Amino acid sequence: MTFYAQNALNGLAYGSLLFMIAAGFTLIFGLMRIVNIAQTAFFLIGAYIGLMLLHAGVPFWIAAALAGAAVMAAGLLIYRVFLHRYHADELTALLLTLGFALMLDDLALAAWGGDPQSVPPPPAFASSVQLGPLVFPAYWLTLIVLSALVAAGLRLLERRTMLGAVIRAGVDDEEMTRGLGINIDRAFYVVFALGAFLAGAGGVLGSPITGAYPGLDGDLLPLAFAVIIIGGIGSLEGAYVGSLIIGLVSTFGKALFPELSYFTIFVPVAAIMALRPQGLLGRKR
Amino acid sequence: MTSVPRLAVRDLTVRFGSLVALDHVSLAVARGERRGIIGPNGAGKSTLFNAIAGEVAPSAGGVVLDGRDITRLPPHRRASLGMARTFQTTMLCPRLTVLENVILSLAALRPVRRQFLVPLGRYRGLRDEAQSLLGEVGLDGKAAWPVRMLGHGEQRQVEILLALAQRPAVLLLDEPTAGLAVEDAARVTAMLRERSRDATIVLIEHDMEFVFDVVERITVLHYGRIVAEGTPEEIRAHETVREIYLGATL
Amino acid sequence: MTGRRALLVASAAAAAALAAAVPSLGLPQYYISLLTQTWIFGIAAMSLDLLVGFTGLVSFAQAAFFGTSAYMIAVLATQYHLVAFWPALGIALGTTAALAALFGLLALRGEGVTFIIITLALNEIVWGLAYQWVSVSGGDNGIAGFIRPPVFGLDLSGTAAFYRFTLAALLVCLALLAAIVRSPFGLVLRGVRDRPRRMAALGYAVQAFRYAAFVIAAVFTGVAGVLFAYYNEFVGPVNLSLDTAVQVLIMVILGGVGTLLGPLAGAAVVVFVSNALSNLTQRWELILGAIYVAILLFARDGLVGIGHRVMRVLGAAARGAGPAARPVMSPPPGGRGEP
Repeated sequence: MTFYAQNALNGLAYGSLLFMIAAGFTLIFGLMRIVNIAQTAFFLIGAYIGLMLLHAGVPFWIAAALAGAAVMAAGLLIYRVFLHRYHADELTALLLTLGFALMLDDLALAAWGGDPQSVPPPPAFASSVQLGPLVFPAYWLTLIVLSALVAAGLRLLERRTMLGAVIRAGVDDEEMTRGLGINIDRAFYVVFALGAFLAGAGGVLGSPITGAYPGLDGDLLPLAFAVIIIGGIGSLEGAYVGSLIIGLVSTFGKALFPELSYFTIFVPVAAIMALRPQGLLGRKR
Repeated sequence: MTSVPRLAVRDLTVRFGSLVALDHVSLAVARGERRGIIGPNGAGKSTLFNAIAGEVAPSAGGVVLDGRDITRLPPHRRASLGMARTFQTTMLCPRLTVLENVILSLAALRPVRRQFLVPLGRYRGLRDEAQSLLGEVGLDGKAAWPVRMLGHGEQRQVEILLALAQRPAVLLLDEPTAGLAVEDAARVTAMLRERSRDATIVLIEHDMEFVFDVVERITVLHYGRIVAEGTPEEIRAHETVREIYLGATL
Repeated sequence: MTGRRALLVASAAAAAALAAAVPSLGLPQYYISLLTQTWIFGIAAMSLDLLVGFTGLVSFAQAAFFGTSAYMIAVLATQYHLVAFWPALGIALGTTAALAALFGLLALRGEGVTFIIITLALNEIVWGLAYQWVSVSGGDNGIAGFIRPPVFGLDLSGTAAFYRFTLAALLVCLALLAAIVRSPFGLVLRGVRDRPRRMAALGYAVQAFRYAAFVIAAVFTGVAGVLFAYYNEFVGPVNLSLDTAVQVLIMVILGGVGTLLGPLAGAAVVVFVSNALSNLTQRWELILGAIYVAILLFARDGLVGIGHRVMRVLGAAARGAGPAARPVMSPPPGGRGEP
């Protein structure tokens, strides 16, 4: 019982940090049909920037926000200069983000070196919480709650704000939305910025669990894709559900089948691919 | 008419979410008949075509070819049963040459298409056939040109040629003269009149002159339903049809 | 045979002869090794081009096929003591084909971007297996302890001998791929690439053709994997990794999508640059990434496209200012007219 509860919590925590990546990914793809392969690189860079700020004495949450802002700025620059004119050419955009992922990866290696670094959680949440026979790091609970809040916030954004309406219209029919005189290009910038911010801040928030090391982005990328496949491309709820599922499967997989844990993550993925290619919550295109 | 219609649509209903694009549409086209489908924008003409061609699955009803229910068949299988179509926006393979496009049409239903080691150049017969087809419309000189270098009217001619090359039993033409200059439209009309004597033709058109010139019967669609069917003269005089078209311009 | 084709064939033969003579030119073994790698990855890149350039499918799964073949060779040799070349080749390629048959069914459920994402996930499944199924694959340690078997009675243990063997394999693969591309099937693939809707309306079973291309490309990539296993005499998870898949894709894009020979040139560039640059600077990956992005932005036709442009400029300069008489029905400037 303890085993399952413990791993369930670990899994939910891991899934929560995956959501920080998947959320931005889904938003960007849903509106702009751009597969941002550099999303996990944004995450990694965010983690490193956060670490730098932490070492300089900046409080954890502020570091997360600042790192998010820094990555958002970098992301906006990349989008403005390179991706903006290719947003209608899905393939080129994807190939470009691949190139940026490679370059950012190496830049991170150059800037912060090859040693894996551990990131301390904020001191207020550094202790462990005892619930009956179970002991959890408090931070992990915090992350789960935080991620749920972000998901709820994004949903509110989608449903209740003007920006959300523009996004939903643009996802449905970009040409029509433009034809109605709506400035959808501005929405593109906002969405890409938001996606980058989520990844960057998420990097800081998630790094106490993952650590920060070169290649983290490469390790997380397939998981992010697994989330997207399971949850359904372009669906925010799907990204959340998918993240939690992958988080749980990954954790239980490692605990139960250490020799095949990676494989076990992708078995449900393959099943979804075969049975329901639009994902659990995606729409059939 | 006692013989089985070449092409029939029975009680066809197509829904996109809550929008009913086609509402219990039934029509039958006899062998060798030339049928025109007209109607204002949004009447469901393209949806009807796409349902007949197999690109849209109906919510109810079916499509019957020579008495055989083809409702479940994908587009490429319908092609192998003798259905050919053109598209409203010319859909030629832009990076291939004109000749290659025609060859693709000819090879589509022949075993040669699976040949993956012998060079295409060896198939003289196929190339000559394609070349002579192009010659019949005066385009054989441009056979080696990449298709995207052809003028709009010529591309449209090639598009129709692709369909005719297969000697189809049923030819579906989606606005064949749309966007064409007068001479080009005339050339296309001539091509159709000369080359497709035996084919059963169903065409969608907006150009009334063209329609009334080429077809024998007309079906009028409005809001996904058939509102009238008859000879061009009957349709021209039809109350409701005049209302629809005149009403639309008011 | 036209004058132009005769020239092409002659140049090809000359190039092949020159390549074969390389080991006798007194170059250090290191360069011969790099060229061997070029031939091996050239096969992988050309087969990916069949998918990307001729069928319009961008696949991130090629490393899975490359690595599976390589691992099969290693496992057969070390665990089943099957070292004879031809049977091992057959089993390795058979396994890869079966894997591709399965993967193709899954991946082709999606189109465009969905297809790409699924191939990426599938590659990761295979990588994960290799990385973690330690009892079979050796995990992170990989599999070593096998050597190059003799082929046709020839000893391939020397660098020069294996170089020539790989070159021969490359030429065979190139000839086969060229034949496929120039065949009716190849024309169908190009039609499917450009206008799948039109092709379906004409009567082509578009998915079937895509599937066939997918499996064929995988088998050729498998050949590269087999050669790599013997070249390296060691196989590890990195050979199945996304990194490898990405590298091969970069070779294709760098060289010129849809040109077959372009990716071969791309393979040369990536192999030499990554090796040469990595001796000069630690940032070779950054530079390679930058070159790749630059090609995407400014030279979509890759090296082959750049080469064509250079030739046109040189040709125009050679012709000078005089107007060349042009036959009435030749394609307008900018067109390439060859049926």
